[in-house]
Amino acid sequence: MREATHTSKAAPKKRFWTERLIMAVLILCSSVAILTTIGIVASLIFESIRFFQIVPITDFLFGLHWSPQMAIREDQVGSSGAFGAIPLLVGTLLISAVALTVAGPVGLMSAVFLSEYASSSVRSKIKPTLEILAGIPTVVYGFFAAIVVAPWLRRGGEAVGLDVSSESALAAGLVMGIMTIPFVSSISDDAITAVPTSLKEGALAVGSTRSEAIKKVIIPAALPGIAGGLLLATSRVIGETMIVVMAAGLTAKLTLNPLDAVTTVTVQIVTLLTGDQEFDSPKTLSAFALGLMLFTVTLALNVTALKIVKAYREQYD
Amino acid sequence: MTELTFKGPSAEQLRRRHLAEKRFRLFAISSVFLGLAFLGVLFIIVAISGSDAVRQAKMLLTISLDVDEFEEGKNSNSAQISKADFEGFIKKSMRSSFPDAKTRRMKRELSKLVSSGAAYEVREFILTNPNQIGEEITIWVTASDDVDMLLKGKLNRDLPADLRQLSDQQLSWLDQLMEQSKLEMQFNWTLFTKGDSREPEQAGIAGAMIGSFYSVMVCLLISFPLGVLAAIYLESFAPKNAWTSFIEVNINNLAAVPSIVFGLLGLAVFLNFFELPRSAPLVGGMVLALMTLPTIIIAGRAAIQSVPPSIKEAALAVGASPIQAVFHHVLPLAMPGMLTGTIIGTARALGETAPLLMIGMVAFVVDLPTTFTDPATALPVQVFLWSDMPETAFAERTSAAILVLLAFVCTLNLTAVILRNKFETRY
Amino acid sequence: MENNPIESLINPPITEGPIMEDVRHGEEGSVDMKAKMATKDLTVSYAKVQALNGVSLNIYPNEVTALIGPSGCGKSTFIRSLNRMNDTISVCNIEGQVFLDGENIYDPARDVVRLRTQVGMVFQKPNPFPKSIFENVAYGPKIHGLAADDEELRGIVLGSLERAGLLDEVKDRLNVPGTSLSGGQQQRLCIARAIAVRPDIILMDEPCSALDPIATKRIEELITELKAEYTIVIVTHSMQQARRLSDKIAYFHLGSIVEHGETAEVFENPVDERTADYVLGRIG
Repeated sequence: MREATHTSKAAPKKRFWTERLIMAVLILCSSVAILTTIGIVASLIFESIRFFQIVPITDFLFGLHWSPQMAIREDQVGSSGAFGAIPLLVGTLLISAVALTVAGPVGLMSAVFLSEYASSSVRSKIKPTLEILAGIPTVVYGFFAAIVVAPWLRRGGEAVGLDVSSESALAAGLVMGIMTIPFVSSISDDAITAVPTSLKEGALAVGSTRSEAIKKVIIPAALPGIAGGLLLATSRVIGETMIVVMAAGLTAKLTLNPLDAVTTVTVQIVTLLTGDQEFDSPKTLSAFALGLMLFTVTLALNVTALKIVKAYREQYD
Repeated sequence: MTELTFKGPSAEQLRRRHLAEKRFRLFAISSVFLGLAFLGVLFIIVAISGSDAVRQAKMLLTISLDVDEFEEGKNSNSAQISKADFEGFIKKSMRSSFPDAKTRRMKRELSKLVSSGAAYEVREFILTNPNQIGEEITIWVTASDDVDMLLKGKLNRDLPADLRQLSDQQLSWLDQLMEQSKLEMQFNWTLFTKGDSREPEQAGIAGAMIGSFYSVMVCLLISFPLGVLAAIYLESFAPKNAWTSFIEVNINNLAAVPSIVFGLLGLAVFLNFFELPRSAPLVGGMVLALMTLPTIIIAGRAAIQSVPPSIKEAALAVGASPIQAVFHHVLPLAMPGMLTGTIIGTARALGETAPLLMIGMVAFVVDLPTTFTDPATALPVQVFLWSDMPETAFAERTSAAILVLLAFVCTLNLTAVILRNKFETRY
Repeated sequence: MENNPIESLINPPITEGPIMEDVRHGEEGSVDMKAKMATKDLTVSYAKVQALNGVSLNIYPNEVTALIGPSGCGKSTFIRSLNRMNDTISVCNIEGQVFLDGENIYDPARDVVRLRTQVGMVFQKPNPFPKSIFENVAYGPKIHGLAADDEELRGIVLGSLERAGLLDEVKDRLNVPGTSLSGGQQQRLCIARAIAVRPDIILMDEPCSALDPIATKRIEELITELKAEYTIVIVTHSMQQARRLSDKIAYFHLGSIVEHGETAEVFENPVDERTADYVLGRIG
């Protein structure tokens, strides 16, 4: 009897401290996520500030000329106006626009097919196959874009008398669009299946064809979810690196013609930081400024998208 | 009330609408078809191209291992053997096969038929078989990449001589060698056993595979425990207040941050601040871990949420502490879901290139890495580097590397899907 | 009503299939010429589960026909077969015939879209579209091109809302979302939406079960008004409601019609014991 009381007193105390330790470890692990964000924001801001001490922020945000490789001498940097980011933004947006023009309709219509027209056996086979498409590393897409698609487009363009660059925004944008199809399809599928069946039945009961019910009732009802998905897709496409590094151009060109070669923010970040540079040179610091810009834009898109999707889900729960 | 003069839709209108229905449906089907067609085309192109890389042209040489070329003849040790003139052996052998190579230019063309690495291959052979010194040996050595391309039909013989990689003379020599069965295709072991090289016929993905392996190992070792524990805390123990919702928003955002930003973080903090070695799988793994962590946390939380609360309540009712209840009862049931998320995250980490470029795993690394801190490259980076190489022979090797990469990634994703299907039908 | 054999000789039937004697109270029915809609040996199964076993029923014009019975006995399946809503369920297998004005609606040559302009439906839970009140009601006329211009469309919408007894309450706010109305108002909106395409028949699947008693009463009054112009088939769980509203009644039991006929007759003199049990409250 005495032994029992003895052990039952010591054990809870030991367990108490062990559990306290475990809890501390758990909390520590959870804070890694915060630490990562702080790390990202801090390092980007810190290096960007050092950059903006050399190149004024207005030159960066509103400058129309980007050629950092030319600013070799220290004294040349500020005055040559070589760090204007506008051509990069335009290039990024051009390629993103091409990508979304492909991924948006194709992804949405794929979702329509899978959720409204496909039988469950067809759906159960096609959906995982599209997931495979989503799982292919972007470097493979980049390879395909550079080695297969870009030459095709160039030769095709020649055949019809168009001058298509071998690093055209069209090639990179097309392949990026295809890469994004499963993403848009998946989110749109979720949005469409979240629409209550009673709405579809209401539309059918009053004499709609299936396509009319889908176009006029279901998709409008699912629109917030679909829109959120498109915003997230935009964020993905803007931040995509390998496809553009391998298939898009290196020189900044301010143009809206998809047949031209343009460069993007991500391509420049890679170009500026690979190869032998000192870490503190204005060129490497400009990469961080670009990184900060990229992070801010994608963050804004993500937050907006998640807000829209969340509000939409609450509507139907 | 309005009286209608006709009742219901007209036949013409109905016909148009049914036609519109058919068109819409066709549009939907072709959208799915587009994605699948691309997948098919991609695989076919890569498979056809990559399968060529598995074969490599080899040439049979008869070499007399002249004893005088070795310091102590038959008794030379490894160091002494290594000093011998292997290129000379090869040149002698080839010139004896083709005595018509008289001029310097012709002699140069002749020796260009074998790979520059052939000398090392001869050396390896002698080091392994030192008793053959003084004998005449026959050895298959790797032919040059131009010869390889010729045998694979990728070299255009009809081009005018100055645009061709191989001269008429070289072509006639090669034809003779083929007739004598001294030139043939063999399995390209180099591809799987050697590291990168400037010469395509000497290049292999072994270094990249090891580098990827180390990086992903580090990534898993860091992100899996951290992710699982964080998921447990956030889902089971954290109080529901503004702070925890902030963490949740944070994690959701991190999951959507472009991967290159993680590379920038790695560059600024790990390389610059902590001064960890560049190009090391250790740093690569750390960056990949930060990127994969949000995915694992989100999947882990979903897995824990799907375990019925009755399980935890039952454990608590028999006197377990909350920590015991979660770790002993809830976690095992949530583990399949967590593993699924981890596998998917790992598959993504395996294929990521941009963050590794930022931390320097893009260097030209020939030697196979042996530790986590040796400079290394990774498989997707290798694909990236090779796709830029001008030599035609690199194209098929890039495809082969892609096939290997896809094999790993698809296997991982498939495992995750099977795991998910097997365990999701529980409740 | 006994079928007059002489009449059937003088006016050759335009219905398909032989006409058998119409016997009320539990025996196999025949397809009556005078019926607006009729089913003959309707058998419906979902995958392997049978929901309806050879149901034959006549539905007469400008009457309210009520379908009653315990849960899960096939009433909903039956009513959904009348406007081919079961087509949307892929595992559904349908045998037998359903006639509208003498023609089999399941004939492959029949246009489902047109059918549904002739047979409208109101659902158990009000399901207005997330559009404005006006757009909800205008949806049907718009897709079928029933209005020559905007003015005509507006006339149809206002007229339907008035007929459904909703116009006074919403006429100042036709642009607010239909989903912002109360439950009873939403259901009347759904009724307005259904009648905007001018169907002959309105099917109602437990239209009041999600509503409070006051809203229920209003809808019941509406139904009684509407039957002057429309033929109404209503599924209901409430026997009192069936008794109040309907002219004809059919009692469903495990996928068959056990008894059918004039409402007063069936309630006061149920022939079948199962019917008696149900209407007297002993089962269900």
